[in-house]
Amino acid sequence: MTAYIIRRLLMALLVLFLVTLIVFFVIRLLPGDPLLIFVAQSQTSGSMSMKEVEHLRVEFGLDKPILVQYVRWIWGILHGDLGMSINYHEDVGKLMLERFPVTLYLGMSAFILSGVLGILLGLVAALRRGTWIDTLATTFANVGVTVPVFWLGLLLIYFFGLKLGWLPIAGYTSPFDNLWLSIRKAVMPVICLSIVGLAMNARQMRSSVLEVAQQDYVRTAWSKGLRERVIVLRHILKNSLIPVITLLGIGVGFVFAGSVLVETVFAIPGVGRLLVTSVFAQDYVVVQSGTLVIAVIIMVSNLIVDISYGWLDPRIRYG
Amino acid sequence: MAELLHVTNLETQFATESGLVKAVDGVSYHLDEQEIIGLVGESGCGKSVSQLSVLQLINAPGKIVGGEIMFEGRNLLEFGRHSPEMRSIRGAKIAMIFQEPMTSLNPVLTIGRQLTEMLELHMDMSRSVAKDWAIELLKTVGIPSAENRIDDYPHHFSGGMRQRVMIAMGLSCNPKILIADEPTTALDVTTQAQLLELMKEMVEKFNASLIIVTHNMGVVARYAQRIYIMYAGRIVESGTTKEIFRNPLHPYTIGLLKCIPRLDEEAGRKLVPIEGLPPNLINMPSTCAFLPRCSYKTEKCLHQSWPSLTHVGDQHYVGCHLDLGE
Amino acid sequence: MSEQETIITGAAEAPPPVSEWKRFRRVFFQRKLVIFGLVVLMMMAFTAIFANWLAPHNPYRGNLADSLLQPCWKYPLGTDVLGKDTLSRLIYGSRTAFMVGFITVGIAAVIGVSLGLLAGYLGGLANMIIMRCMDALMCFPMLLLALVIAAVLGGGIQNVIIALSVATVPGYARVMHGITLSVRENDYILAEEAMGAGNVRTMLRHVLPNSLPPMIVLITLQLGMLILAEASLSFLGIGIEPPGAAWGSMVADGYQYLLTNPVLSFAPGLTIMLVVFAFNMVGDGLRDALDPRLRGLL
Repeated sequence: MTAYIIRRLLMALLVLFLVTLIVFFVIRLLPGDPLLIFVAQSQTSGSMSMKEVEHLRVEFGLDKPILVQYVRWIWGILHGDLGMSINYHEDVGKLMLERFPVTLYLGMSAFILSGVLGILLGLVAALRRGTWIDTLATTFANVGVTVPVFWLGLLLIYFFGLKLGWLPIAGYTSPFDNLWLSIRKAVMPVICLSIVGLAMNARQMRSSVLEVAQQDYVRTAWSKGLRERVIVLRHILKNSLIPVITLLGIGVGFVFAGSVLVETVFAIPGVGRLLVTSVFAQDYVVVQSGTLVIAVIIMVSNLIVDISYGWLDPRIRYG
Repeated sequence: MAELLHVTNLETQFATESGLVKAVDGVSYHLDEQEIIGLVGESGCGKSVSQLSVLQLINAPGKIVGGEIMFEGRNLLEFGRHSPEMRSIRGAKIAMIFQEPMTSLNPVLTIGRQLTEMLELHMDMSRSVAKDWAIELLKTVGIPSAENRIDDYPHHFSGGMRQRVMIAMGLSCNPKILIADEPTTALDVTTQAQLLELMKEMVEKFNASLIIVTHNMGVVARYAQRIYIMYAGRIVESGTTKEIFRNPLHPYTIGLLKCIPRLDEEAGRKLVPIEGLPPNLINMPSTCAFLPRCSYKTEKCLHQSWPSLTHVGDQHYVGCHLDLGE
Repeated sequence: MSEQETIITGAAEAPPPVSEWKRFRRVFFQRKLVIFGLVVLMMMAFTAIFANWLAPHNPYRGNLADSLLQPCWKYPLGTDVLGKDTLSRLIYGSRTAFMVGFITVGIAAVIGVSLGLLAGYLGGLANMIIMRCMDALMCFPMLLLALVIAAVLGGGIQNVIIALSVATVPGYARVMHGITLSVRENDYILAEEAMGAGNVRTMLRHVLPNSLPPMIVLITLQLGMLILAEASLSFLGIGIEPPGAAWGSMVADGYQYLLTNPVLSFAPGLTIMLVVFAFNMVGDGLRDALDPRLRGLL
């Protein structure tokens, strides 16, 4: 098992390197001179002379060859320096630290919800195949993957916020400040974030369980006189979860993508919204660092998925 | 010896897209205590389905639609598929081992766990006692260094070894009947011989009866005391092994025997295959199912329905229209 | 004679093999939902092509006097704040959706398939590097990557297409890579190599036909996802510039008037759902008809 983990870690490091390359060079695709954009942005009055601009260029290290710039950037990141936001005039690291907990709070709730409920739903649908439960669950899952997250947000706001007035329609409150209000504000965003993941997990789980239930070793289990519950929990479940775990890994990515939309719709001060506003403000520093952080998180979760394969399926562990 | 299992007119059908498949179409047989019988037939003749029906392991779209399975004075078909009665029989009184050792064991559970779960369930053992028992079982079936291998996973074992584990599992709770469904088909010849010897030995040791389902007459020749020959979902001939080999009466049986090379015949004899293909079990005609491939067919066969079994000798039954004086 | 022959050679023999096309047709049209999806898609395609004739009004310019009307005879789905007809915009929006979807899939498939083939064929270091690059790309949620690229390159439909293509490539590369590898392992390939057959041509000849079924299914399913992605991007304001018609931006525009004119936002959202659902159903149907073994994979 250890050899397996080490191999996976090494691969992950390579991927990490490639990720940083992608982030760095995509930003560099910016048409125009990043420095001039910065200057134009931060102008309060008057204009800068070319000499002052060149001075800034040296200060930001933008006069060095691109490879050097890349190394300096990585070096900075490793020391916790994520750069200075052009738009907010604040340290990006500080901005992120403020916003990440918000996104995580909603994102993780959604992730856990979609995972647990999705798996349960898929399992029940498969075990009660052909009954109304199955039809209901499958229809829900099939429709769930088609829902545009942002539209669902508006729908929920319309019904539960405006028409019924049950839930507040925007904003965020930390659970530490006011738990009840925090939960009420979180309900709709979390539903939006979790719907697609829930549906996908349910579909995959159902498909998995149905396939595993037909396997020879399940027939052997039946022939041993075990009861259905034991067969499901001990023989079917672990085998069915293997493809679902992959989906969970992808689900992390969906949560972040969803956050971009959900935080915009519900005016939540999270990382997603930060990215969107930064993209429009052409604040490439924030975009660069923010994307990197998210990509790293996703990479780590992919790594965890990979490793849990080994735990779930002993054949891979020793393979 | 007392009779252990008596199956009468078993009928199992599958409702497929193309039509109704009568996989088992009125099969009757019996099994006595401490007896080994063979159920012989080619692929698709219904032999596996008939055995799966005994344990009610038939999945949709299949359904057992008729017949009686008498075991220990009760008709097993009266019990529901998931009933506690059937569950107490499966594994404990009647056990089954399957054809594909590579896929019949759960890949994510250790061999030990797959053994102990039966012992805990049927023999009321605690986990640790069950584990010791399991190690002993593995030793009995010839798995070397059983204490170490008990915590291994199935993929650490070869096909032959896995089948030994299956045999251990099958006999672990001292069942009265062990059903072996083509247990050696997927293995090489040497392993086949070893495994069959092992099964015979184990069954004698545990005082159980054995039903060997196979397409290989050679296997039953050596080990079975009585043989049933199946074709297209029905039994076409049955009798003691000696009698069947000495005096085969059904054209199918004769054909099967002609296919086997034998040591005691002249060199140069050609092996004669049975011509034609196995029948499509959907929309079977009412005449004898073997008709298209029979080299003994007569005018009579074309107009009469499928022959029922006639008693032609001591325990010898044949289902054929031929004047059996020939 | 013939009567006897019928008895002998009749239904007691194995049935003749069914032609592949017939079997495909039977399985594909088996489920009503699949047929429903196909009908919806054909209607959408029809709408996209003949938008000019089908739309009752000009989607890009509205009559200010008719601002924010509820659904009525003249404007079946109402109008927006500038008096533009929602229905017409919906119809023209299908053009945007389909165009973005098909072009993106086309580009991504070509690039992805080539990369996957290359990686599988070359093996070794090249294989590892290419596939790790794909892994790295997959660390970026599609929306995020598209957001960043589109922002860097500027708004506009072409850049959205480029952005989405980049994000979609890894999916195709992976599937193609998997197929190439498994075909390589196949015994008949080894046999051909042993007989001295040329390498590249052999690989292509065996890999491409094998890859067709999963590719077709993947493309169909991806189209749905891409339409969703395009809608999300246009919702955020990236893509078609106003007064262009895109379903996502229509939802965004309607946000302010949610209480008074909910149709403005609801209609485009429902349309998106319908189209994506249709693509998914057809994709599922294709997968079941072409090769049910793919059920675990795609």
